[in-house]
Amino acid sequence: MVIRVEQLDAHYGDRQILNDINLHVSRGEIHVIMGSSGSGKSTLLRHILGLQIPSSGSIHLLDQAIHQIDRKQLYSLRKKIGVAFQGGALLGSLTVEENIELPLREHTKLDANTIRIMARMKLEMMNLAGTEHMMPAELSGGMLKRAGLARAVVMDPQILLFDEPSAGLDPVNSAELDELIIKLRDAMNMTILVITHELQSAFAIADRITIIDEGKLLITGSKEEIHRSQDEDVLNLLQRRVGRDDLESQSYLDRLTHT
Amino acid sequence: MSRLLSSISRLGRSVQHFTEDLGILGVFLFNAIRHGLNPPYTLKPVIRQIYFIGARSGLMITVAGLFVGMVVALQFYDTLVRFGSVSMLGSAVGLSLIRELGPVLTALLVTGRAGSAICAELGIMRTDHQIDALDCMAIDPYRYLIIPRLLAGVISVPLLTAIFVLMGIAGGYFIGVLLFGVSHGAYMQGMADTVLPRDMLMCLVKAVVFGLLIVWISAARGFLLHRDRKGAFGPEGVSRVTTEAVVLTSVSVLFADYLISALLL
Repeated sequence: MVIRVEQLDAHYGDRQILNDINLHVSRGEIHVIMGSSGSGKSTLLRHILGLQIPSSGSIHLLDQAIHQIDRKQLYSLRKKIGVAFQGGALLGSLTVEENIELPLREHTKLDANTIRIMARMKLEMMNLAGTEHMMPAELSGGMLKRAGLARAVVMDPQILLFDEPSAGLDPVNSAELDELIIKLRDAMNMTILVITHELQSAFAIADRITIIDEGKLLITGSKEEIHRSQDEDVLNLLQRRVGRDDLESQSYLDRLTHT
Repeated sequence: MSRLLSSISRLGRSVQHFTEDLGILGVFLFNAIRHGLNPPYTLKPVIRQIYFIGARSGLMITVAGLFVGMVVALQFYDTLVRFGSVSMLGSAVGLSLIRELGPVLTALLVTGRAGSAICAELGIMRTDHQIDALDCMAIDPYRYLIIPRLLAGVISVPLLTAIFVLMGIAGGYFIGVLLFGVSHGAYMQGMADTVLPRDMLMCLVKAVVFGLLIVWISAARGFLLHRDRKGAFGPEGVSRVTTEAVVLTSVSVLFADYLISALLL
């Protein structure tokens, strides 16, 4: 397993945010964690990234227990992981190209010309050619997400973590980004973990889906398994996302499952 | 009775919060220095920050120094002329600028311009997850963001203080010598005779300490926005911690000024 989360509990003060979460992601898999706002999915991502310490439980990335290794080992592990944040999280004081180059400049001894070529290749891959010298503030929401994705994959990581790729995007941009995620997995054989609240996007890209609600894991399975689930909580959550009529007719999920 | 107990409780909480804040600031500086010692060492971010904190404050410091020098000369002239000691004008202007007004006013002006900007920038970076992104890219945020700013503060503020003092002396010369007719020799020689190396040392020590204080406090407030006790995040949080940073830095500068003066005089 590339990502292994076991019996994870997390609290903010006295409030329990995650309750006994178990998650297993295999190599080369696109795994989507889905849930509504406030369900705890972003907190789960922060724990997987090692940005927060769990109350109990363990997280293994590439067979390393991330909360039991020292900072040096954690940084060494993070070089093999790419993270694309919801709003791109590009450094506002650097141009788009400088942002993409940053991990290469910090972690490799490549010359400036090679670094520039590699950064531009990744920008082209994300359909962002021509934005090299623009500042992040000049980019649209969709472009920021793609630039953030370019930076996340510039070191050719083994794992890619993507927070809310579709949030705030129109359907066209959202679909483009979904295609890009699948293309990345196919081209670079990455293991990809995506956090989203968009049902359509989740079904479009996922090999497996985990649904979280109020900090508890409701179900993990393939798209078909989620589709066939008769679990009351899962059905309630899906109804909240697509509407009761659509769900009862099953046409919506049929369409998504077999896309 | 209950009102008294509530007042004591409030006072206790304030003391507890103050102690906690001091501890957080101490740990922040310790982390910055510890992580800053790790390679790679790059000069470019330091130069970029010296440009931001130092060069871009140059005009403001020049103008402020000139006017402060002029007003100090005006006030001293008005006092000295009553005792028939206008020849002491150069000494009075030089000493007051070098020992106190130069370092303190420069620090307060830099706090308002660069300190607030450092705090707001880091606060926005925190709310926008840019600091998390650096951490996730295995780039130490303390080394990448804090150390260049600390070094730039310690280098820039003494240089800006020197500019302030020079411009102040020039402003005093304009008022004293050119406007009120104090002799050039009395103004310059009086200053040269009275200002001792230890006064210059005091000025330098103050400027270095103030430079450190400005960046340390401002950067810590913005960088640690997510740990804010009042829990405000986003634009409101950034605005509040920026105001707090400016107030806290200004008070700390004045307190440190007293301590250094008391130690070195």
